[in-house]
Amino acid sequence: MVAIQKLIDENGLRVDGRRLDELRPIKMEVGLLANADGSAYIEQGRNKIIVAVYGPKEAQPKHIGLHDRAVIRCRYHMAPFSTDERKSPAPSRREIEISKVIREALEPAIFSEYFPRSMVDIFIEVLQSDGGSRCAAITASSLALADAGIPLRDLVVACAVGKIEGKLAVDPSDIEDKLGEADMPVAFIPVLGKISLLQMDGMFTEEEFIEALNMAKNACMKIYELQKQTLKQRYLQIEKEIQETPVQKGEE
Amino acid sequence: MRMFERRQLVTPGDLLAEGDYIAGENTYKEGNRIYSQKLGLVDFDDKKVFVVPLRGRYIPKVGDIVVGQVTDVSLNGWSVDINSPYKAVLSVPDVTGKSFSPKLDSLTKILGVGEVVVGKITAFDRTRDPTLTIKGAGLGKVGDGLIVNLTPTKVPRLIGRKGSMINILKRETGCEIIVGQNGRILIRGRDSKKVELVVEAIRMIEEQAHISGLTDRIKNFLKTGKGD
Amino acid sequence: MSITPQVEPLAKIKSRRMIKLLASGKRLDGRGLLDYRKIQIENGVIEKAEGSALVSLGATKVLVGVKIETGSPYPDLPNQGALTVNAEFVPLAHKYFEPGPPDENSIELARVVDRGIRESETIDMEKLVIVPGRLVYVVFVDIYILNHDGNLIDAAGIAAISALLNSKLPVYRVDENGEAKKADEYNPLPIQDCPIPVTLTKINDRIVLDPSLDEENIASAKLTMTFTKDGKICAIQKSGIGAFTFQEIIEAQKIAREKANEIRKNFFKEWI
Repeated sequence: MVAIQKLIDENGLRVDGRRLDELRPIKMEVGLLANADGSAYIEQGRNKIIVAVYGPKEAQPKHIGLHDRAVIRCRYHMAPFSTDERKSPAPSRREIEISKVIREALEPAIFSEYFPRSMVDIFIEVLQSDGGSRCAAITASSLALADAGIPLRDLVVACAVGKIEGKLAVDPSDIEDKLGEADMPVAFIPVLGKISLLQMDGMFTEEEFIEALNMAKNACMKIYELQKQTLKQRYLQIEKEIQETPVQKGEE
Repeated sequence: MRMFERRQLVTPGDLLAEGDYIAGENTYKEGNRIYSQKLGLVDFDDKKVFVVPLRGRYIPKVGDIVVGQVTDVSLNGWSVDINSPYKAVLSVPDVTGKSFSPKLDSLTKILGVGEVVVGKITAFDRTRDPTLTIKGAGLGKVGDGLIVNLTPTKVPRLIGRKGSMINILKRETGCEIIVGQNGRILIRGRDSKKVELVVEAIRMIEEQAHISGLTDRIKNFLKTGKGD
Repeated sequence: MSITPQVEPLAKIKSRRMIKLLASGKRLDGRGLLDYRKIQIENGVIEKAEGSALVSLGATKVLVGVKIETGSPYPDLPNQGALTVNAEFVPLAHKYFEPGPPDENSIELARVVDRGIRESETIDMEKLVIVPGRLVYVVFVDIYILNHDGNLIDAAGIAAISALLNSKLPVYRVDENGEAKKADEYNPLPIQDCPIPVTLTKINDRIVLDPSLDEENIASAKLTMTFTKDGKICAIQKSGIGAFTFQEIIEAQKIAREKANEIRKNFFKEWI
């Protein structure tokens, strides 16, 4: 299966035509699931991920509740049809690790001390996966938490930086991750100026690592603007429609 | 310095004000900067900055009237779901007027799982579940009616200044409307078409609470039977 | 599903004392912020394993056993051997370890140690082929936590590379019919690097190395970085419900790299 494939062409463009510092096209939506307290959907490249948030609600079973703060439960799960080869529905070791790091990426942003003995559930379903899904999942989870009205210090935003053919590249796709020399997902909380998720596999010199961190931060800030727009979008749209509809003043 | 104008839409993490301001509801202060915790409309009351959220569950407040549903019966009393992270507790003496109940069976007959009650929050702090009373005028078990949901932070819009909005609704439709602060509205009326009008009006409030001129639009809707 | 963990509560007087000491650069056991506890490595303790090592880091004890079997290669990597890393948080290691399938912490530890070995290409996988496309060596690295007093990842990483360095590969000879037969000979496992993980722990705003279990219980976040013999970073894992500033991370990798070099100098002299 591994043919020698060039990841960067003569013009410095990647397999999907992007420049090294370019993000894949991103589309986001909130409030699409009626039952959830909050929900969001993201498409980033060919990633399609949906997130639902339930809570804060009573901790069940009671013994997992904490006396001084809410418990966050997070499940990252890939649909069997989400990858090239069918993935078994049972949680894999990778999904278990990713559920943990995503929860830990979102925790610092949530005012969990406001809801002792309660629970916030975050359910992430990857409907289609194409590299960088944990980052897109974090970005969408922040939207779902905001949509649920859960108090946050800030939105959490995430993006990965990879190394392909010796060059650092933002937002690697699946093939760039598989054939590349490094992959580093980063989650950032802008108001706190802190990084809440940082992983890397591959090989980086000190200089490459520092540069990759900066590239990740810049990419995250671009996605952060999109997150804010998405949250406001629905309400601004309704406002626009209302203002365009003439209203007759009542008889009173 | 204020970063936004009154009633502008803000998101979590938005910087609302910098300087000598007080962090009101749904905001927090870091140094001398005040940030929003939620998606909602920012507002200012002199030096206080606060956000009215557009979404969220109900956080109980003592004195609030709430509409809830019984989820469990035990010898300690009833658990009532009030659309909050915490279930409300209705004690046995409050309902029966007696402090001791002989059998679980008769408790269920008095108030069973699934029954709807209108109650008042008598105590709440974050260390224990909120307590409810159904003793008092206008409180008690509910036999019939329709329950409609509304985001709790939009309930003030439904009530209106000095009850202006809710009174219009009651007058124009002739329905009995009990507004739970927890975002559960009980509607009772003989004419199902009138009940539908109330349901639709509440839906409009849910969708348009953040836009000014709502009272006029609701009035218009009730008179003409037409919506947005 | 990942759930916010219950943290073992420390007596408030103890945690207050620890934080006060930290503010003046000291720890309960008298160590400096960047000092490791005593490291002891014993190699070849399990003769039936192809390789093994027992590492003590203070009271933390980790045993790694390497078993080398044969099997089919992965379809997309027909000319390479295979590596599997697994970790058991054995119930005897701590009063809160329950028997059962690996939980998220042991899975995370195994995967981080795996990345350190795999991404640094420590094992020359192409030399693990017996019959190309059909039969390869499969290296099983099993991490056994025997006593948990903090800093399990670093102890496990050091134990893993120690075990691999003394692992022997059973020789298979392929006869005229293309059948592989086991000969009664052994070669050393082909090792080409010495990856060392170093975990930095953040307590309030202080960074410490090699935390004890008590220190881990009051920490907000951890950052593990694994370095190759050339000082390159081959694995990073942040864990815990806290967060790091950019400055903290950039400084952390300087501190961690130095410490990895020091450990290599003291215990893996051939690899400096």
